[in-house]
This record gives sequence, C-alpha cells and structure tokens, in this order.
Amino acid sequence: MAQLDQTNMRSGSGAGLLSIGLGLGIVLTIFMAARTVDARFQVHAFIMMGAFICALAALVIGLSAGRFVQDQGRYEDGVIRAGVIAALFWAVIGMLVGLVIALQLAWPSIFYFPELGWLNFGRLRPVHTSGVIFAFGGNVLIATSFYVVQRTCKARLAGGLAPWLVFWGYQLFIVLAATGYVMGVTQSREYAEPEWYTDIWLTLVWVTYLLVFLGTIWKRKEPHIYVANWFYLAFIVTIAMLHIVNNLAVPVSPLSSHSYSLFSGVQDALIQWWYGHNAVGFFLTAGFLAIMYYFIPKRAERPIYSYRLSIVHFWALIFIYIWAGPHHLHYTALPQWAQTLGMTFSIMLWMPSWGGMINGLMTLSGAWDKLRTDAVMRMMIVSLAFYGMSTFEGPVMSVRAVNALSHYTDWTIGHVHSGALGWVGFVSFGAIYCMVPWLWKRPRLYSDRLVEWHFWIATTGILLYIAAMWVSGIMEGLMWRKYTPEGFLAYSFVQTVSAKHVSNMVRALGGAMYLTGTLIMVYNVWRTIAGHVRQDETGAVLVQPSASGPASTGLAAAQ
Amino acid sequence: MWKHHQKLERHSLLLVIGILVVVAIGGLVEISPLFYLESTIEKVDGIRPYTPLELEGRDIYVREGCYLCHSQMIRPLRDEVERYGHYSLAAESMYDHPFQWGSKRTGPDLARVGGKYSDGWHIDHLTNPRAVVPESVMPPYAFLAKKELDYRDIADKLRAQRAVRVPYTNAMIANAAKDLEAQADEFSSDGTALKQRYGPKVNQRDFDGNPDQISEMDALIAYLQMLGTTVDFSTYKADAGENLR
Repeated sequence: MAQLDQTNMRSGSGAGLLSIGLGLGIVLTIFMAARTVDARFQVHAFIMMGAFICALAALVIGLSAGRFVQDQGRYEDGVIRAGVIAALFWAVIGMLVGLVIALQLAWPSIFYFPELGWLNFGRLRPVHTSGVIFAFGGNVLIATSFYVVQRTCKARLAGGLAPWLVFWGYQLFIVLAATGYVMGVTQSREYAEPEWYTDIWLTLVWVTYLLVFLGTIWKRKEPHIYVANWFYLAFIVTIAMLHIVNNLAVPVSPLSSHSYSLFSGVQDALIQWWYGHNAVGFFLTAGFLAIMYYFIPKRAERPIYSYRLSIVHFWALIFIYIWAGPHHLHYTALPQWAQTLGMTFSIMLWMPSWGGMINGLMTLSGAWDKLRTDAVMRMMIVSLAFYGMSTFEGPVMSVRAVNALSHYTDWTIGHVHSGALGWVGFVSFGAIYCMVPWLWKRPRLYSDRLVEWHFWIATTGILLYIAAMWVSGIMEGLMWRKYTPEGFLAYSFVQTVSAKHVSNMVRALGGAMYLTGTLIMVYNVWRTIAGHVRQDETGAVLVQPSASGPASTGLAAAQ
Repeated sequence: MWKHHQKLERHSLLLVIGILVVVAIGGLVEISPLFYLESTIEKVDGIRPYTPLELEGRDIYVREGCYLCHSQMIRPLRDEVERYGHYSLAAESMYDHPFQWGSKRTGPDLARVGGKYSDGWHIDHLTNPRAVVPESVMPPYAFLAKKELDYRDIADKLRAQRAVRVPYTNAMIANAAKDLEAQADEFSSDGTALKQRYGPKVNQRDFDGNPDQISEMDALIAYLQMLGTTVDFSTYKADAGENLR
C-alpha cells in the first residue's frame, strides 16, 4: 500500500510538471498566433494551441478522477493499443494519398484540379511519404518497441505519463507535418520536410522516447538486454543524431514558417542523403529488424537461429549503413572520392543485411509447416524475402555504372516500394496481427481467412507495382540515352513520359490492391477488438496469449 | 570475444555509447572533409546570390515541391550534356540553402532551363501544362498568376540567408523590397541600382505580362529564367587539373 502511494505521488509530481509545460506551451502558442504575419505559421500555432489545451484538460480530468495510477505489477498496454490504432489509421491515410498521386501521374487531366493547388503532386507527395514512413511506420515502431521492451525486461514502462506524452506528441508532429505540406510549408529535404519548429517539437518528443525506453531497460529484471532492444536503441539514438544534424537551419524570423538550411550545395546534398539513406537504414531497417527479432521467434515458438550472427550483423549493419549515403549522388558535383566510398560501403552492406534475413528465416527451421498453416507467419517470412531482395537490389543500384541508368528513374521508386511495401509493410502487419489478440485479450483473430485474403491481394499488388516500375524505370533510362545511327538523341523527354503511361496505370492498380489489403486488415482488427470470431472458422491457428504482467513468465525464447 | 560482448548486453549506457561511436564514424569521415578540402567547390566566375525576386521564386519552387519531379543536377554523361547543357558544377549551388539537386526526373532537368523558353511559354505551361505539351503529367499552376506575391519579409529572408553565409551586403538587405519591385518592371528607374548590386546579366522585365501586380508567377519565372545562366563558361577550363575531382 505504501509503495502504491509513493508511485501515485511520483506520477502526480510528473503530471504537475507536465501541466506547467503545457501551460507555457499554450501561452507561447497564443503569442505566436497573435504576433505572426505568416498565415501558415498562424494555422500551426493554433493547431499546437488546441493540442496543448486538450492535453491539459485531459490531464486535469484524469488527475481529479485518479486515473493515472501506476501499477508496477502490470504492463502499460494502453499506450500500445493506442499506437496500434493510430498506425492503422495513418496507414490508410498514407496509402490512400499514395494512390491519389499514382492516379495523378496516370491520368493527369482527371486527377488535377487547377483551382486546388494544395492537391497537386508536389504538395501531396510528402504527405504520402511521411504518412507511410513516419506516421504508419513510426507508430508501429513506437508501439512495438513499448510492447517488446516491457516483455523482454519484465518491467512496466518507465516514466509514468511519459509514454503517453511520446504517443500524443508524435501524433501532433504528424499533424503539423502533414498540414504543413498541403499548405506548402516544407524545407524541401526529402523525408525531412517539416519546418524548424516542427523539428524542434519532434526532438523533444524523441528525447522523451529515448528516456522512456532506456528507463524501462534500467528497471529490467533480466540480466541481459535482448537483441531486439539493441536494434530499437540503435534506431532511436541514430535517428536523433540524423534528425538534429540534417535539420540545422536558420528561420527567416522566429514567427515565420520558413527557414534556410545551415548548409548549402554540395555539403547540404551529402548531409541530406546521409540522413536520407539512414532514415532507410535506421528507421525502416534497424527498427523493423527489432520487430523481426521479437515477433518471428515468438510466433514460431523457437529461439533465434544464431545469437552470434545477431551480434555480428548488428554491429556490421549499423557501422556500414552510415557510409552508404553518397550512392544517391553518383555523377553529381559531389567529389568522386566520396561517391566511391559510398558505393564501396553500399556493396559491403549486402552482407550484414542478409545476415539479418538469414537469422530470421532460419529461426523457422523445424517449423516450416507454419508457412502453410499460419498466414501471419507467412506474411512475416515473405517480408524477410522482400527484405533480402531489396537489400540485394540496393547494392546493385549503388554501383556507379548501374546508377548511371537507374538514377532519376522509376526504378528507384520500384526499389523503395519493394522494401517499403514488402519488408516494412508486411513485417508491421505481421506484428500487428500478433499483438492485437494479445493486447485486447482475445483468444484469436476475428478471421484467419481474411488474413489470407490480405496476404494474397497485397502480395499481388506489390508484384504488379514493382514490375511496372522496373519496366518503366529501365525503359526511360534506356530511352534517355538512346542515339540514332546519325548520332542524335533518339527521343525527346516527353516521349519518355508518354511511354510510361501503361506502367503508371499498372502501378496505380498495384497500389490500390495493397490498400485494399490494408482495409481488409482494418476490418479484421476492428472485429477482433470487438471480440467477434467468424462463425465458420474453428481455431486452426494457436496464438499464445502473452503474459499480462512482469511477474509471470516472459519471453522464453529470448536467449 | 563473445564473452566481452556480454558487457554491452548488460550495461545499457555502454551499449548506447557503443552505438553512437559506431554510427558517428561514417558521417565524420565522409562529410567533414567537404567543409575544408578546397577542391570540393571549383573556382568559377559569375556566381552571385539570388536577387530578392529570384529568391522569392525559389521559395515558391520549394513550396510547391517542384524538386520532387525536376532535378537540377546535370551529370557528366554524353546524353545529359547534349540534352540539358554543360554538366552542373558544385559552385553553381554554393548559395543554395537548401540544395535543389533533386532525385527524380518525372519531368526534365531544370539546372539550365534559364533562357531556353520565353516568358510567355512559361506562363502558358505553368497555367496548363497540357495546353503546351499534351503528354505532360505536370500539375497545373494557374493560381500563381492570380496570387499577389507577399514579400513583406523579404529583408528578413536576406538577413537569414546572410546568417547562413550567403554574401548579401547591407545595401542589398536595405534595398531588398525596392530591388524586388525594380526587377519585375523593365521601366523601373531603380533597375540600374539593382544591376549594380547583382550584376549586369540580371533579367529585368514584367515576367508574367501583367503590369498591375507582382504575382507569384513573376517570381517563379524570374527564378526559372536565371537557372544555370550565371557561370561564365568561357573562363572555365573543365580539363584543368584543379577542376578534375
């Protein structure tokens, strides 16, 4: 009882600090909104003000109702449930916007509206990329990391209300970013478009995230830190470093939504692609490998194939990835020594990437029948196959001679999507399908057959998408460099645009199928949460309900 | 060796420090030399900061996400040099905060689009791309011509640019608004001062063909029409030793 009082008091003082911070935030945003002449900055000040007021109100109501009791004997799962729902919400938004811009490229005279400039490709494309990478992917990473770190440390999340601050703070970041893009607030740094004040906000949220994660590790009852947590740590720490350096900028004024990068030209380009490629390496790879390292062994009920391989490929992966950025700048004004370094390390990166794939795939040895019987397992294993494929394709494309053809073309788009749809998407879906029954204490998913439908529709969609982009990318690359026998350029630029029309349509179809799969998933998850089970399905797949508290047995397969 | 690794597995701070050290090395080795190796950026004649109107146009280019489909980086490949012009030099983006090299050519490269088409062509093309190029997939930007350019903070913009080491002088900052207005009007008496500050090659005319207002179209076309035109290639020796990097 005394202990419970103490934790109550501690979370009470944390809430006090939080409300002071929110109060200051409200005052600051009122000032910002009142003083600025920049209409877009004003909109963002109002959004932040609204968010802070809602948060303060929720805090006061929660405190007075005594809602924030921290029971150290139980896991904090509420924030993970919220994260799963947010991930699915943003997945639908991000993919839908992706479909819209794919349709714009296929049928520009139908899907562009001269009077609605904010619906143009250039405004919506960052909504799509940030929507799927940071909103969907980011929520999956935060939710799964909170799930995994508690189970593998057998400790409740640290920091009282801080995990909720991370969750809602991150959603505010997404809303500021997305509304900014449609209003034209952008730094024009790919995958780092949000402006300076949004970047500062994300930095605050991210540091809190790191502290919550580390704090939970410090409370652990297991002597060892499980391998999934190494990957989560590498992801959180490195993204912080990349984010801060790449977004160094001078605002036009403290009340302006615009800023100028601290760096220029060639230095700026390499810093941006150092960031850009490692957003892939640490956000979309290290983070999702962490998911793989927990959910595949857990679902297969087998230990990880090789502990030593995980050590070797972890350190090799994070060391080598950082060097790979210059392969985005082959044949540009970047000095050649930097290009060559980037290419060399990109090729070396093939090995640690496949180390992760092999470690995941071989975990299934002795349980390969699950590929046939368990669609969720199949989804995660196919995600590793896509991971292996795109991490082979990547080094190939980083070779300067290949890059001369592939750069600037749709081939790059296809490569990114085989990684994003195949690897990141599928491993996330697999983890969510695993977690939803565990988090909501349901015996099983509403329907395994719908998972089958999701899997096959989405897989076909991915194949259509990447095949279309291979065809159009290689075709346009070859057309650009084609000469007539007389020594003239054979094609004008616009001929290469019209030649891609069919591929653009196929791409939109592939994307629509992938989105359809996601919608099926949303329905399935929703019915599972509601506690339904499809009538004609009898429990074919055994899903182990996870331990509900640190006191009960945790991850047996961990070591 | 495996035993030693257990230390990292048991001490989270050691693990975090290990990760930070390992991920810092690559960037330090690749990026920091670019700031002090003199060969990184060629010495060329003609590079100048953007005029206030061009800077506003560039901000619109950024705002609309043009860089998502148009590169500004011509590679030294035969077909690109023949299609777009001399390959891009590092010096040409030395005042670009941020750089606009792009990563995708859904549309053609724009590094040397300046002077290739008339202002009228740009107006028609930006207003309705498919009226000029039927196969184009570019979005329409008709609203630019109607929207009056908001340049109340142009002096602040130049000041911020100077803070990131673009050599804008006090006179350039003090006369920013006047220079902007002068450039959009070929009959302006302030044009001489503008050209004194930014060089004789600065384009000075009513870019959008509408003398009643300075529109966003004015700014964007002023920017497009200067792209790739500043370097004096008659004095640039591409094969000289110091330019082979």
